[in-house]
Amino acid sequence: MEFVQNFPFMSIILSLFAGPVSTVLNGKWAKRLNLFVITAVGCMSAAVLAFELRTKQEYVYMMGHFPAPWGNEIRVGILEAAMALFFCIIMLLCVISGVLEREREIEEGKQNLYYVMVNLLLCSLLALIYTNDLFTAYVFVEINTISACGLIMIRQTGRTIEAATRYMIMSLLGSGLLLLGICFLYGLTGHLLMSNIKEQVAVLQASGEYHIPLLVAICLMSVGIAIKSALYPFHTWLPDAYGYSTLSSAAILSSLVSKGYIFLLIKIFYRVIGFDIIRDSKVINVLFVFGIAGMIMGSLSAIKENDIRRMIAYSSVAQIGYIYMGFGLGTTFGIIASIYHIVSHAATKSLLFVAASGLTDASGKNKLFAELTGSGYRNKLAGVAFTVGSLSMVGFPMFSGFISKLLFAQAAMENQHKMLITLIALAISTILNAVYFMKTVIRIYTPEKREVIQEKGFDDIAFWEQPVKSAALVCFIVLNVFLGLSSEPVIHLIQIGLSMFA
Amino acid sequence: MSRKVPDQEYEKTLSFHLKQWLDGTKDFYVERVEMKPQEEFHEEESVKIDRNKERRQRMARIYDIANNWELTGFRRFYKIFCVFFCLFLVFMLLSAVSYMPSYGHPENPVNNEVSERYIESGIQETGAINIVTGMILDYRAFDTLGESHVLFIATCTVLILLRKDKKKDENGNDIEENDRIYEPKNDLILQTAARILVPPIIIFGIYVILCGHLGPGGGFSGGAIIGAGLILYLNAFGFKKTERFFSEKTYKRLSVGALGCYCLAKSYSFYTGANHIESVIPLGTPGNIISSGLILILNICVGIVVAGTMYTFYVMFRKGGY
Repeated sequence: MEFVQNFPFMSIILSLFAGPVSTVLNGKWAKRLNLFVITAVGCMSAAVLAFELRTKQEYVYMMGHFPAPWGNEIRVGILEAAMALFFCIIMLLCVISGVLEREREIEEGKQNLYYVMVNLLLCSLLALIYTNDLFTAYVFVEINTISACGLIMIRQTGRTIEAATRYMIMSLLGSGLLLLGICFLYGLTGHLLMSNIKEQVAVLQASGEYHIPLLVAICLMSVGIAIKSALYPFHTWLPDAYGYSTLSSAAILSSLVSKGYIFLLIKIFYRVIGFDIIRDSKVINVLFVFGIAGMIMGSLSAIKENDIRRMIAYSSVAQIGYIYMGFGLGTTFGIIASIYHIVSHAATKSLLFVAASGLTDASGKNKLFAELTGSGYRNKLAGVAFTVGSLSMVGFPMFSGFISKLLFAQAAMENQHKMLITLIALAISTILNAVYFMKTVIRIYTPEKREVIQEKGFDDIAFWEQPVKSAALVCFIVLNVFLGLSSEPVIHLIQIGLSMFA
Repeated sequence: MSRKVPDQEYEKTLSFHLKQWLDGTKDFYVERVEMKPQEEFHEEESVKIDRNKERRQRMARIYDIANNWELTGFRRFYKIFCVFFCLFLVFMLLSAVSYMPSYGHPENPVNNEVSERYIESGIQETGAINIVTGMILDYRAFDTLGESHVLFIATCTVLILLRKDKKKDENGNDIEENDRIYEPKNDLILQTAARILVPPIIIFGIYVILCGHLGPGGGFSGGAIIGAGLILYLNAFGFKKTERFFSEKTYKRLSVGALGCYCLAKSYSFYTGANHIESVIPLGTPGNIISSGLILILNICVGIVVAGTMYTFYVMFRKGGY
């Protein structure tokens, strides 16, 4: 066994251990430790990815002295390593871009607790990505839920406490359903290890035994994860949670937390149940319907919003709808499109949140549209970044959103029954996206009168005044354009990763 | 070879226009399209008053909860719908359970090679007589590692929610908020009972932790017992006396130490296990108090974390700080 192969385990343990250590450090050192941990984990994931690309072979890593069905194990393949690397990059950018807001909005004595949450969140995301055991996945889903809740309410205003309460209730309902589903599966197969469950499920499916409980288990797990990742009718906690929490929390929650759950769902589809059985069970049709509803209703709610952060949050509902629609198509290409959309949305949504905060900084911290008039001139980099993010969300060529829409349309062609609905929904949703994003872009580039600006005391913000945030914005823009212009290697990576999955 | 075009013809082509536009010699919108700045938004005073009045009326209509039929209708619908929905869920889950393999049947899928090995060779492989402890702390230790961090992060979240930073008065002294206004001070019955009960409770908790690998018990249950003992002591004697031996600093150091120890111990066994290196930790004789390798240490770590979590929850809910 090569030394590189230890890296996934080491990155999980490192981020797990950094959590408790941060409680005894003060805020400044906790921040440094956190940045070090994220960077180190990112480097290790890159090394693992390079190793995987070289060998083109997945491997399992035994967690302890006992082989798999008895002990725990993690499994590493191309897709897992790539996701871990990508999540680390996004998390690092989110954390560094929100430093100013964090220092302003969080009490002095609680700064270090923020980094405890971030470290453990990173650990749980890594564990969700790498795990090969359903119960381990559930344990880390718990850590993920609690730390996300802490990230929301660490900025203590009435709205965030309310949002955290809502999030807690909905998310625990989701966890409960997921756990019930795991219990059903365990009762039917007698295993918790993903590959063993898959074997047993195939046997059950062939013999036709326990058909109904199996279906219920699949439903419970899908619905549980759909609730946790804010699929349309379960999205009510989302706008407040993203709209009022501190900047890096909103960016991390929207781009990583919900994506971690969706990745787990893909794992369940491919590695636990088997995609053919999922397709036959018609559960994906339900996901398809709600995904389409989310695409349209989320955008409609976003049009009605007059608070920029809440508008971006509602747009997340629509984007999650896209991802579930990709699942609903029931083809491997649909899943590839969904995974690409996970990547593209994570890169774009965090960019939009950071850029919006730059615009509000130039408008006296006011998030209402009326105050944002002309803010694109006052904070030039944030204006450009917001425009890039908006164009990407709308699906303008050159940016990542275009590629994911293209992939969805291509995937729809493979499924004759759902092709028309998908294409129409894509078209409507694109127009609705354009309505609210272009409205905002026009608003921030409509010049405001000099007297008004002076009266309200808005400052110009040059990009060297907030160097870290500007650097993060530039990185986000580059990432977005990279994903848009050279999507081929990324799609290829997802393709071979997914073929290793099954 | 490109064909030479007469100038007059060239001036009509698109590329000529584009070049002109790029050079800035001619802007095609000037003189053709009238460029006007956006007109200022003017509103008559009367219109403004009307608008505000209308808005007030509308708001009054919306917030008139007693007569708002939409709201009452929604509430009625919500009540009926949620009852039906819950009934549907209950029915669905119950009927699904009725199709499950019957409970306790020897032919069930759960009675497979996994549980067989746990039961048959658990004692030789882990050195723990209590098979459950052997399972959670040795076979599936990674899950338990996560689980103990769930407790830890729950405490941190409660700290975020409830901890108040200490207030200072004008002279810079701490103002200790009096948390016992509504409670009897120095309650003799409580104190006497606590004096008698707390030592055996804590000793029992330690016993449960230390014998986790020999019989029923372990870190989670023993830690909860110790936590309960600490809470009883705190209720009887107040914060000042408790803080002589258990303050926030103690809690933080203990939990970091315990979780760190857990992480290190398990990292060692994960690393050696995955790389097929023989572990040097002896298992001892099953049945002895010092046996079963790392399980005893892990139980103590888990116990410390659980006791601290219980106590911290209580303290946070009571006054928002140590």
